[in-house]
Amino acid sequence: MRFVDEFRQPGLISKTADEIRRLAGTERHYRMMEVCGGHTHAIYRFGLKDILPENIELIHGPGCPVCVLPMGRIDDGLAIARQPGVIFAAFGDMMRVPGTQGSPLEHKARGMDVRIVYSPSDALKLARLNPDKHVMFFAIGFETTAPSTALTMIRAQAEGIRNFSVFCNHVTIIPAIRAILDSPDMRLDAFIGPGHVSTVIGCRPYEWIAHNEHKPIVVSGFEPLDMLQSIVMLLRQLKAGEAKVENQYKRVVPWEGNRAALRAMAEVFQLRPYFEWRGLGFISQSALRINDKYAEFDAEQRFVVPGIRVTDPKAAQCGEVLKGVLKPHQCKLFGRECTPEHPVGALMVSTEGSCAAYHSYEHRKAAMVTLTA
Amino acid sequence: MCLAIPGKIVEISSENQDSALVEVIGVRRRIDLGLLQDDKPAAGDWVLVHVGFAMSKISEQDAADQMNTLRMLREIDGAMQEVQGYGLEDREIDASRLDYKEPIQ
Repeated sequence: MRFVDEFRQPGLISKTADEIRRLAGTERHYRMMEVCGGHTHAIYRFGLKDILPENIELIHGPGCPVCVLPMGRIDDGLAIARQPGVIFAAFGDMMRVPGTQGSPLEHKARGMDVRIVYSPSDALKLARLNPDKHVMFFAIGFETTAPSTALTMIRAQAEGIRNFSVFCNHVTIIPAIRAILDSPDMRLDAFIGPGHVSTVIGCRPYEWIAHNEHKPIVVSGFEPLDMLQSIVMLLRQLKAGEAKVENQYKRVVPWEGNRAALRAMAEVFQLRPYFEWRGLGFISQSALRINDKYAEFDAEQRFVVPGIRVTDPKAAQCGEVLKGVLKPHQCKLFGRECTPEHPVGALMVSTEGSCAAYHSYEHRKAAMVTLTA
Repeated sequence: MCLAIPGKIVEISSENQDSALVEVIGVRRRIDLGLLQDDKPAAGDWVLVHVGFAMSKISEQDAADQMNTLRMLREIDGAMQEVQGYGLEDREIDASRLDYKEPIQ
């Protein structure tokens, strides 16, 4: 009980865990997918699996943007950056992601001008500071980060900046959930919905999951109590034979989302007809490209992009892990060829990737917060 | 990148209403308020910041809870690094305010 009192309403954590046990009973098995990589990290970190009854299985979803990016896109971005006078700018999360000829960080060691930025607006600032260079921002992320990239391009156009472009890899969460539900080897009972993506898109876009697929979904916060309460809400729906969208994270997520952020995205982006996801393959209308109005900032239009497609190493089973068919440790490379120090697959790179989370916490139980309820 | 970092708005720029100075555990950084233009925050309000942009207004209690969650997830260092990174060169750090609790082992 040592750490329970570090959180909001500590007494409620053990009560909520008791309620989960009561509702879950012992008769059937429940498979719930947490869509967001932030939830995956928190589930391992807080050892939530240890306080859940055995018949509740949490399946880790596709919501880690670094993890679902195909290796060919990294190669394409690096190919642009090899052209003279180009600065490659990306979030720190991208720096150790392997391309076929090494990660951005390894390219930096070989002399490429690679800069870590913490905000797309800082990439734009780099462009202002380096008028004789071209700054290409390698944009990744779901709807949480896409509005910031969009607003940065709106600002760049208003300012008339010429030496800035975006290599756009933004993806959208709804088609990924649809692809997972369409996958024949995937059987899920319910979803723990992403928290921060939902601050932007709101809760309405999930309604088809409830109405058409008859699966409950609860948008959840990231604290242990948030996730436990979300599981209670899902179990109550399942027990009652209901399928609704509910919002556990009301203190941050408005039902309608953030309209200003959605407007910024609509101003700059359009849907790609299809996009490749690592582990999930090609998914139609699942990613964003820059529209004609902002074509001057589209790195894919300004530069020659090789359009490289790379198949993942055969032995790596990232796809199966990403779809929740395999647990991370069931992959042949896990913990041997593929470790957080030397990642083969992207799920091992980011702290939000299920393999890295599993490796850090499941392998070293000492690193976990003990949340015995 | 996916971190949601709570910050308190210290001051909104007089020349640019979309630019604000926020404070996150003693670090002051300039962020963009452009994505909150339908529900503009004022000085003293708390916001959740993603990659240098305020994404939602939150209460002071929620800000404290979110900070606690980041600490428990051992992401305080990452959050600090990220916030210090905003704005590239113009740092403004008050070292005396950096005495946050160590991550729990």
